[in-house]
Amino acid sequence: MDSTAQSMTGDRIACRATGVRANAAGACIALLRRDFVLAWRRRGELFLPLLYAVIVTALFPFALGPDPELLARIAGGVLLVIVVLAMLPALESMFRADLDDGTLEQWLLAPQPLALLALTRVIAHWLTTVLPLIIVMPLLGALMNLPVKVLPVLIVTLLLATPLLVLLGAVLSALAAGARRSGILLALMLLPLAVPVVIFAAGAIAGAQSGMPYIAPLTWLAAALVMAIVLAPLACAAALRIAVES
Amino acid sequence: MSRSYLPHWMHWLGSPPNFYRFAGTLRPWLMALALASAAIGLYGGLVLAPPDYQQGDAYRIIFIHVPSAWMSLFIYATMAVAGLIALVWRVKLAEVIAMECAPTGAAFTFITLATGSLWGKPMWGTWWTWDARLTSELVLLFLYLGVIGLCNAFEDRRRGARAASLLALVGIVNLPIVHYSVQWWNTLHQGTTVDFLDPARSSIAAPMLWPLLVMALATHLYFFASILGRARTGLLSLESGKQWVRTLVDGQPAPTMEAPT
Repeated sequence: MDSTAQSMTGDRIACRATGVRANAAGACIALLRRDFVLAWRRRGELFLPLLYAVIVTALFPFALGPDPELLARIAGGVLLVIVVLAMLPALESMFRADLDDGTLEQWLLAPQPLALLALTRVIAHWLTTVLPLIIVMPLLGALMNLPVKVLPVLIVTLLLATPLLVLLGAVLSALAAGARRSGILLALMLLPLAVPVVIFAAGAIAGAQSGMPYIAPLTWLAAALVMAIVLAPLACAAALRIAVES
Repeated sequence: MSRSYLPHWMHWLGSPPNFYRFAGTLRPWLMALALASAAIGLYGGLVLAPPDYQQGDAYRIIFIHVPSAWMSLFIYATMAVAGLIALVWRVKLAEVIAMECAPTGAAFTFITLATGSLWGKPMWGTWWTWDARLTSELVLLFLYLGVIGLCNAFEDRRRGARAASLLALVGIVNLPIVHYSVQWWNTLHQGTTVDFLDPARSSIAAPMLWPLLVMALATHLYFFASILGRARTGLLSLESGKQWVRTLVDGQPAPTMEAPT
């Protein structure tokens, strides 16, 4: 089945499940269900970022030598960068299929605010493509000889940093949705936005690794996440409007 | 008829054919002034100004480096303002100006990085270091490249310009965050030498200051001349199907325009 047919099936299931409701919560739930159904129908694709992360993690010991102390020292930063890189390919297709089959035009026509629908999509995207990466973090940590006491901090950091990156990435993905090709372009656009996130996330991990306090960078990340939850969907909605109109 | 709060000349200038002629008239003057002030500034900086008591003659790179760094930020701000106007009021001219700012801004950012790197080798003993200011400037270069790339990735130029304008606005929110986060992360670069808000805190001697300011004037004038020229070309290709461009290309006299009142 091609993606359009699949998305239509998903829509039908979502409609049957929730009925046609004009209220915002109903629309969000319907959208979430649709995205989950679509992700489940193509569950093979969900494993690709995981596979990517495992492969890249496995390459580091080959490139740097299997010295456990060296690996333990760089593990936190390396895993952080690997997660950011593994998120990138999925970001590109966040809105593209919906733009191609006209779903986005229905979003614009819907009585619900576009920003809310965009936020729902971000949540669905994070749950389906990024959360699995965080779940396998203990395994990747073991491959990189990550100290056990750093692992919880790494996971909390990722739980704060990755939604932030997905929110920022959603704005860029919406901007690039109307463009011809956007693979490397998305990486180029995300880099400046990702720099502060990576700095604070790495600060927290490095603090935990050297036994220093790590709460300050984490609270900065949390503050940035709260701000991004408010502002990024609005920017994303503006970008989607540019992508749809022509 | 509803009264506009904008003066009439702004509407007049916003029309592509009028702007095309206006920019064509202004550009040579700005360019001549830019060259003249660059000549004065470089003579003052490279010949008249005394060597620095610590850095000797190597400091003279600031007469290129510092104005370029100022310009890299100024052009980004200009691009974001033009982008905002393009997004809110859909002014075609603002879209063109926002997009034509990006390559010039990227060039100034690159000059800043290159001259800083040349200066860093004898002074700090390294071509590149992950210092806060250097990193911010590098991030700025990537922002410019992202804007250029996004604008060119669209089939439709106007859509590309609007998308890239939004990216420029996202970037201007991002820039201070990057600046402060990398400062928190690592700092080696020397502090601010010229403080416009509080001249008493400036730590630069007058014979070095005036060539620097003249060079800053020169780079601003050059930017305005360059943006007018680039916007002219951009308008021509954007409006290539329009009557006024055909008239222009065919060499017939342009249709008469009403003067601004």
